[in-house]
Amino acid sequence: MKTAMIKIENLNYKYAHQNKLTLNDLTLQVPAGQWLAIVGKNGSGKSTLARLIDGLLETPSKTIWVDGLEVNTENIATIHQKIGFVFQNPDNQFVGATVAADVAFGLENRQVSSSEMPKVIEQALTLVKMQAFRDRAPEQLSGGQKQRVAIAGALALKPQLLILDEATSMLDPEGRKDVLTQLAKLRDQGELTIISITHDPDEVALADQVAVLDQGKIVKQASPAVVLNDQSLIQRIGLVQPFSLMLRDQLKARGIKVPTNYLGKGALYEWINQQLATKA
Amino acid sequence: MNKKVLFGMYLPGTSLMHRLDPRLKIMGCFWLVILVFFANNLFTNGLMLIALLGMVLLSQVALKKYWLGIRPLMWIILFTAVIQAFFSSGGHVYWQWGIISLTSAGLVQVGFLILRFFIIITASTVVTVTTTPLAMADGIEALMKPLKYLKVPVNQIAMMLSIALRFVPTIMDEVSMIMNAQRARGMDFNSGSLLTRAKRLVPVMIPLFVASFKRAEELAVAMEARGYDPNQPRTKYRQLKWQKKDTGGMISLIVLTGILFLLRQL
Repeated sequence: MKTAMIKIENLNYKYAHQNKLTLNDLTLQVPAGQWLAIVGKNGSGKSTLARLIDGLLETPSKTIWVDGLEVNTENIATIHQKIGFVFQNPDNQFVGATVAADVAFGLENRQVSSSEMPKVIEQALTLVKMQAFRDRAPEQLSGGQKQRVAIAGALALKPQLLILDEATSMLDPEGRKDVLTQLAKLRDQGELTIISITHDPDEVALADQVAVLDQGKIVKQASPAVVLNDQSLIQRIGLVQPFSLMLRDQLKARGIKVPTNYLGKGALYEWINQQLATKA
Repeated sequence: MNKKVLFGMYLPGTSLMHRLDPRLKIMGCFWLVILVFFANNLFTNGLMLIALLGMVLLSQVALKKYWLGIRPLMWIILFTAVIQAFFSSGGHVYWQWGIISLTSAGLVQVGFLILRFFIIITASTVVTVTTTPLAMADGIEALMKPLKYLKVPVNQIAMMLSIALRFVPTIMDEVSMIMNAQRARGMDFNSGSLLTRAKRLVPVMIPLFVASFKRAEELAVAMEARGYDPNQPRTKYRQLKWQKKDTGGMISLIVLTGILFLLRQL
């Protein structure tokens, strides 16, 4: 097993104004180069967990390590350098006056020289297909386009770990697929560890591991195939089943024998083709 | 709501004035304001008017737009002019009542006063209509740089300025959204006395403030996550480049100053 990019041990967290633990004795490991999807209902502690990893809330001492470094006030600057964080609301993380200027914001903080910036910005915008919009102002962009820019802004800094907090929620299905495929490519090149908080079954299916969070605890951690196949669990956390699974269940209901393991869209398509071929 | 033309709002264009360095435009505008007070006779004032006309023409913005800019300020100018006319002395007295008098010298002064106002307002309008708010912020930041030695937090002020400018349209949108939401609940913003209308804006202002604070908080967290530290030096993506035409502009200003001081002797 590869080294852990993130190690969380017995993490408890409570907001000052609440008397219930938001995160309850949580333990989790994410190996480098893996994609972990975190699913769960609203208020299950997903965003809190993500913020604690990046040290954006006061992280309890000796509970979280990123790339071997404890998350505490002393290491916070280095931790921020390792992690790219994309938030849900794209408007409130758009700092620059134009798309290019916003991507540049992080680079300016890193003191990248101004002669190098255009190249890096161009690369990052190309990844999310926003090159043509580089001089647009934020109010001229749709929510989805702003989310793409936010992702480009995080990727431009070449983070080791990318945290997406429902960062593709405003993209149309086509655009989301596009962006996620790009991210999957970066993961496959071994350059990026990804944590994505999501309600989108297709995004879950792209991950290597899924952690199901409920009432501040991880109730299940397994591969997407296992989690998405678990009907009762999926319903309990309010996730929509991916299309292929819905189709499979419909087929089953009509008395057709379908393999019970999880099949992606492609695999199910092939299986149906095979069946049709043998029948004919 | 966003379409309303405000005094001195930026109008996109590619004229020479648009392309000049914002630093030159800001400093040049200040310089003209100072020069206006050195103009003491018809020749010098005429020279200032010609220079102003040149700038207006170079900006390729319709004269009507400038007039629309000055019109709302007309009342203030007239009010000041009237006060000046009745309370100054010297020359031939046309009319007098107690300390109030109308004199020939007073009327000449009023003429100059209106002219000065006119030149100052138009000159600054030339700058604001040809410079994007962002370029303006960059220019101000660059010009404020020397203040760093006096421990003025120039970088932070510049960041505040550019974020404020960035969020103006966003907050304008928010205002119209809240107003629509209140209208949908039966609120009427367009009738009633001034006081009732003002009172009806309270349910707009409160949600707006709450939302803005929330926005500010989220923005601060996002900026922190992207490595912003107000106390660390940062590089700059947008660089201001001083070009030949900027040097040209500066020389024209110097020449103008020279001629003005020559004409003062007349």
